[in-house]
Amino acid sequence: MGKSRTSLSWDRLIDFLLPIVAVLAALLVGAVLLLLLGENPFTAYTVLIRGSLGNVNGLTQTLTKMTPLLLVALGICIAFRGGMINIGGEGQIILGALATTAVALAFPTWPRWILLPVVLLSGALAGAFWGGIAGVLKARLNVNEILSTVMLNVIALQLMNFLLRGPMLDPEQIAAGTNIAQSAALPKQVWLTRLVPRTLLHSGIILAIVLAFLVYLLLWRTTIGYRIRAVGLNQSASRYAGIPVRSYMALSMILSGGFAGLAGAVEVTGVHHRMIEGLSGGYGFSGIVAALFGHLHPLGAIPASFFFGALLVGADKMQRTVQVPSALIVALQGLVVLFVVASEYYVRRRSRRRVAVNPDEPSSDEPTHLGQEVIGV
Amino acid sequence: MKEFFTVAVLVGIAHSGIRLAAPYLFASLGEMVGQLSGVLNLGVDGIMLMGAFAAFYVVFMTGNLWLGLLAALIVGALMGLLMAVISVTMGAEQGISGIGLYLFGLGLSSLLFKTMIGSVESVSGFSTLRIPVLSELPIIGPIFFDHSVVVYLAYLMVPVSWYLINRTTLGLKIRAAGQNPEAADSLGVSVNGVRYITVIYGSAMAGIAGAALSIGLLNVFQENMTNGLGFIAVALVYFGGWRPFGILGGALLFSTVNALQLWAQVLGLPIPSDLAVMLPYVLTIIALAFAVRQVRQPAALTKPFERGE
Amino acid sequence: MQKRTIWLLALISVLILVIAGCAAPAAAPAAPAAESGGEAAAPAGEPFKVAIVMPSTITDLAWSQAMYDGLVAVQEEMGGESAMEIAYSESMFNVADAAAAIRDYANDGYNLIIAHGTQYGNSMFEVATDFPETSFAWGTAVDTGKDKGYENVFAYEANAQEGGYVNGVIAALLDESGVVGVVGPVEAGDAKLYIDGFATGAKATNPDIAVNISYTGSFGDTALAAEAANTHISAGADVLTGSAQQVVGAIGVAKEAGVLWLGTQSDQSSLAPDIVVANQVYDWTGSIKDMIAKIQAGELGGTVYTLTLENDGLKIVFNDGYATPDEVKAAADEAIQGIIDGSITPLAE
Repeated sequence: MGKSRTSLSWDRLIDFLLPIVAVLAALLVGAVLLLLLGENPFTAYTVLIRGSLGNVNGLTQTLTKMTPLLLVALGICIAFRGGMINIGGEGQIILGALATTAVALAFPTWPRWILLPVVLLSGALAGAFWGGIAGVLKARLNVNEILSTVMLNVIALQLMNFLLRGPMLDPEQIAAGTNIAQSAALPKQVWLTRLVPRTLLHSGIILAIVLAFLVYLLLWRTTIGYRIRAVGLNQSASRYAGIPVRSYMALSMILSGGFAGLAGAVEVTGVHHRMIEGLSGGYGFSGIVAALFGHLHPLGAIPASFFFGALLVGADKMQRTVQVPSALIVALQGLVVLFVVASEYYVRRRSRRRVAVNPDEPSSDEPTHLGQEVIGV
Repeated sequence: MKEFFTVAVLVGIAHSGIRLAAPYLFASLGEMVGQLSGVLNLGVDGIMLMGAFAAFYVVFMTGNLWLGLLAALIVGALMGLLMAVISVTMGAEQGISGIGLYLFGLGLSSLLFKTMIGSVESVSGFSTLRIPVLSELPIIGPIFFDHSVVVYLAYLMVPVSWYLINRTTLGLKIRAAGQNPEAADSLGVSVNGVRYITVIYGSAMAGIAGAALSIGLLNVFQENMTNGLGFIAVALVYFGGWRPFGILGGALLFSTVNALQLWAQVLGLPIPSDLAVMLPYVLTIIALAFAVRQVRQPAALTKPFERGE
Repeated sequence: MQKRTIWLLALISVLILVIAGCAAPAAAPAAPAAESGGEAAAPAGEPFKVAIVMPSTITDLAWSQAMYDGLVAVQEEMGGESAMEIAYSESMFNVADAAAAIRDYANDGYNLIIAHGTQYGNSMFEVATDFPETSFAWGTAVDTGKDKGYENVFAYEANAQEGGYVNGVIAALLDESGVVGVVGPVEAGDAKLYIDGFATGAKATNPDIAVNISYTGSFGDTALAAEAANTHISAGADVLTGSAQQVVGAIGVAKEAGVLWLGTQSDQSSLAPDIVVANQVYDWTGSIKDMIAKIQAGELGGTVYTLTLENDGLKIVFNDGYATPDEVKAAADEAIQGIIDGSITPLAE
């Protein structure tokens, strides 16, 4: 018995290390690209690691970047577990940020203890609404959510363009005649506390980590969570078991959108203090990657979004310091994603072999292979 | 304000709509074949960019358009091979591998552009081919028979794809692999072999779609020139319900409404431009929700296949 | 299998050691420097360090390239890399990333940091508060934060409407069909100024001319910009113009259709030498040089630079490959003079 325990944890360690090997392999390919560009890969990667983790400045940037990634990833966990592919994070973030801004500006005199929760909640609700459109369309009218979320992203972007140039345009900008597309600054009492002076790191990171635990409880300790996962795993069985499948499909999209909306709210209140263009900046997509790196597990999403945030921050530093084109960084990110997702193959093979050798071992509650059970609709 | 509903304007809208739909058709029809066999490839946009660059570069260096098209096809197929290895053989999560492929293509095409060309240049691409006699017909002539060669090619792909899917043995195997891979396997169909073919084929089509932009319609290459067009192409596959003519309808609807909003702006209709730009996206969702008969997706879509013991 | 596992672990350890080995010695001396930040005034003999954060790329043939080309020109004039260092961050469409970049450059002791987009303004001011010894510049903007106590921020803008007006005059004179078309990106800022100026200039030259304007809703939607150009041509336009990096698609279409093009922001002649008539080129070199001179004299901000035809920040560059009729050039010169002496207002009220 004891022996099998050790070999089990040994196996687990290997499973844990495999993605890291994958990242290293991707960086190795990246090193070849760097060499071709005439750069020293060691210098470049030293900057990447040191820049994202090696000092206070880099570390705070990583954590700041991790915050929206984690929030979006939590929403993605819920949606994908519920069998819904939500690629509408960008639009949901924008809607959340717009609503947060509008509400905060509408009630500038409210005290912090009321206003801050209210604005964060309105951001989440707006995101939930935007995600809910896709969810309800899927549940009621069978409109595929990939299609609707792709389209809703563009619609949200144009809505933002429209609002920031008209109804929500900063009155100061109108008065000055400069018309820079941004809203007025939010009242100071909704600004999230900055945790480290002279950095952007704000208390949103704490909120995000707490929520990760709550999402874990939601998904694995409540009936609602159980049903969301059941619908994601097997719709017809769920229907047979009396779960209102359609409602739960819509619900998982609503919750998912809510978290993306909250990410938008936190970016506005924590980082920018007003609504601006370029606020969502790809978090809707990177959040998916972070969630999948974390095996669609809310707690796994914490280290995964930290890691991915560090990679993004470090890569930007690499661009600045070594002065490689930003395009190389994008390609490198793509390689990392490809290699890590491919490394799952070995994790799966090993886990299957374990089951074959030792049929008593409980098959994992969290499927190592995320998609095939979870996403299949 | 000028007259909007004149014959000339309506002809113009239809003409624009048909041309705008061409790149979507290549990409969506290719993606459709992959999805029918059970593989969702979200990386279309990145593959298009690689194809667009490959075609542009070859034409820029040699001036030979067909060689450019071939280069796009090969580069697209290679990207497809990468996708197939990761998603079919290694059974990776298709949503995420597609995003990885997209980022890789986006980055690599820009990087190659920066190192191999360096500044925005133009080439002379496929020119307009007026079809004799037919293009002289009133209304119909200017709408349908006055386009670039790549546009005709795109529309030709619709019946070709239909035939491939519905009238060939390969098409039967493709659908079987996507509907019931276990049964297909028991009948001796190599499910993963079929999926390799479809993913590579679909990616080659995406490469051509990129070439249609860089050497057919725009005649320039610029970093990230597709601007997310490939994602719309994936969405249109769902709109079309995995049927070539359904995709044709979706692509035409989306593109024609886009042409319509451009014309509305050009003629000075008093609509805020931001809202006008939204129009095709909104209408596509509404049309799918209320007007289009929807089809169930292939049962094994996104599910990797591994032979049971 | 055990063997393979051990192999893997060994490989990982080696890799980690290698990376750690590289990182450690370099990290030690660098860490305090990164934290001290703000000692920006370069001692004599050291190059003047300029960093720029931009939304697009240095090869976009538009907004970002115009500034980058300006920096490179100044660098050459000052005597190359030993006299002036340029660092750039491209494709910073995510503003939080741009904010991080601006802060890093400040930490790294750059003398002048250019936030090349209005959307970066807030982030830049925040960093400027923490680094009072470092100079910042942003545009297009007119706010140097003087009234809020900032003394280390420059602002710059381009009177895009001026060249827009001149381009409008040229377009109206070359136009034969009575219709000209504009391919706009998003209806705001620099692009809107240019387009409004263009329409004013065209109408002033030919009151009957139709100036059709469309926006694509994006700065980078090259395909839609191309179709917009097609639409304008179908609607009868025989001279086109447009703004932002997306226009390369429209120029490709114009070239194919043999329709004339008027450029802005950067010189776009090379893309289609047969049909590009003239470009309004943003020449930031004067502004950059003045900023550097001021900084070296200890004045870290407070000035607003405006590119105008008068101060040569805006230049109308005719394409030699296209034989522009002399009377058109004369009319353009007349318009330029009129704008400079104030007899022409390039924006219709």
